[in-house]
Amino acid sequence: MSIFVNKNTKLVVQGITGKEGSFHTRQCIEYGTNVVAGVTPGKSGQKMDNVPVFNTVKDAVESTGANASMIFVPPPFCADAIMEAADAGVNLIVTITEGIPVFDMVKVKNFLATKNCRLIGPNCPGIITPEECKIGIMPGNIHKKGPIGVISRSGTLTYEVVDQLTELGLGQTTCIGIGGDPINGTNFIDVLEAFQNDPETKGIVMVGEIGGNAEEEASEYIKANLTKPVVGFIAGLTAPPGRRMGHAGAIISGSSGTAQAKVESMKKNGIHVCDNLGMIGEISKDVFI
Amino acid sequence: MKIHEYQAKELFRKYDIPVPDGKVAFSRQDAINAAKELGQYPVVVKAQIHAGGRGKGGGVKLANSQEEAEKFSCEILGMNLVTHQTGPEGRKVKKILVEAGQKISKEFYLSLLVDRETSKIVIMASQEGGMDIEEVASKTPEKIIKVYVDPLCGIQAYHLREVAFKLDLPSSAIKQFMGMLKKLYVLFVENDCSLLEINPLILTSDDKVIALDAKVDIDSNSMFRHKDLIEYRDLDEEDPLEVEASKFNLNYINLDGNVGNIVNGAGLAMATMDIIKNAGAEPANFMDVGGGATAEMVENALKIILRDEKVKAILINIFGGILRCDVFAEGIVKAAEKTGINIPVVVRMKGTNLEKGKKILFESGLNLISAKNLKDAAAKVADAI
Repeated sequence: MSIFVNKNTKLVVQGITGKEGSFHTRQCIEYGTNVVAGVTPGKSGQKMDNVPVFNTVKDAVESTGANASMIFVPPPFCADAIMEAADAGVNLIVTITEGIPVFDMVKVKNFLATKNCRLIGPNCPGIITPEECKIGIMPGNIHKKGPIGVISRSGTLTYEVVDQLTELGLGQTTCIGIGGDPINGTNFIDVLEAFQNDPETKGIVMVGEIGGNAEEEASEYIKANLTKPVVGFIAGLTAPPGRRMGHAGAIISGSSGTAQAKVESMKKNGIHVCDNLGMIGEISKDVFI
Repeated sequence: MKIHEYQAKELFRKYDIPVPDGKVAFSRQDAINAAKELGQYPVVVKAQIHAGGRGKGGGVKLANSQEEAEKFSCEILGMNLVTHQTGPEGRKVKKILVEAGQKISKEFYLSLLVDRETSKIVIMASQEGGMDIEEVASKTPEKIIKVYVDPLCGIQAYHLREVAFKLDLPSSAIKQFMGMLKKLYVLFVENDCSLLEINPLILTSDDKVIALDAKVDIDSNSMFRHKDLIEYRDLDEEDPLEVEASKFNLNYINLDGNVGNIVNGAGLAMATMDIIKNAGAEPANFMDVGGGATAEMVENALKIILRDEKVKAILINIFGGILRCDVFAEGIVKAAEKTGINIPVVVRMKGTNLEKGKKILFESGLNLISAKNLKDAAAKVADAI
């Protein structure tokens, strides 16, 4: 089992003919993802390799039965692309794009509340169920099927964690990057709940960073609702306050959003906190095996 | 993007939001002229820097005569202003705002921001104006008024009424305040603000509501649709190396330590800084070259970090994944040859063709130390300084 994506996922790629879009679509296909359609307005009838391109997501869904979307549309047009996918009835929307204005995401988020769909991202690496389906830009080869669920706000930091897990023989059910923006679709709690309900997932690695209080809320949720062990890591113990650390959401404002507060909350709520990224594989091994 | 108080007040005026009369001054003469133009005393001389706590640091002074206005302007212009937000090194004041003094009967706090948890726009207000709002929020949270606005519907009259009544404004000022708050909301949304803060908002002795201070931050991601606001960026307020880095789309923040680091991806970059500290050294910077790093990005990043004189060793941590390590290693060697590195550089990379990549680094004859994993990398770089 896995969460959110599997062998039956049929993917449409919005922005498939762009440089990033076409490159990563090929990587996904190579990994085994069933990419059924692409969307680039004005390019209907063309093909990207063997993938048919449509003008609208609606056309793509009607013709191919796509049930998930991966978005590479540039920031000024991305909110529109997400809402288009939601309106076309796509259940899962994975937005890779970085740099979407916060107000656009505020609108999107409130719009999606009226739709029956899940958004992952934006500004995220995507989601992968190893050896079944990869929707995103993560390197497929570092992943391996197994019992660990991975959830993170980051991209390459997630790869680092997954790589260490795989090297120690700890495969993954599903790995999800929820994105580094202040306003995102799926949050820690949504994913934790899904991992708790997934019988194949035996343990969870949760990777957070400075900014906001999503990690604190997730920690409390874990204590109240999870029976599976969780290993936690927080990036940004040395980050100065008031500075945006690359990710739009990674900023300590005043006294809130510090790594210290997040680590304390995790410890208090029974999460096995790893304070040195180089050790997260070994700590996971100790906790899970 | 942070903007100055005088720029924020310029925006306020565009939206017909009341602010004191005043003018920005870049020199002593400017300041004297500005004070004369106001034609009244007292005037207030306010340092314009991108940091709060200016009053406590001596950057805001009340002048009761032209002589005083001139004296304070001279003192503040060019001073090194230290506040709790500037750090101990302080910030050099290059411009001041000269404003008409107001007769204050009461001070309030008012701000608008995007709430991450609810995805709504939140209006925060308090009768405890002029204070450090974080302190008010932690000690007496009941004194903070919070009203959430659905961004799809926009601000409604009942939102305005709720804030106005809870602030306990005199009836003669309520209508004016509601009009002002509505305009502030429109300004906030139309300019993609991430924060709009007025502390204090004042009630004058003749019951007028005026924004005595103004702080506005603009969402950097939205600049593509705000060409008019780009001119508000003040490079004087930014670290020169950070300005240089931003030209190459590098996320760079200069810090106090002596271990430079170049990492792809923000989360991994933060974790790398942490691991440097864990190994007993101090990071000299945050440098994120982006998830999909290229050799060219690393070359630009190297050049910038090498210009930072406090850097005694560099750690390059690239989790390539899809990127091939041999291609990448060649890029690093080329960059190293071009930039002429004379300090130790520890390279930790991950991706396809790793062994080939390591061989290229090893055979380059450069002072490049290859690390096998993160722990190893941090230990090696800490050893190198």
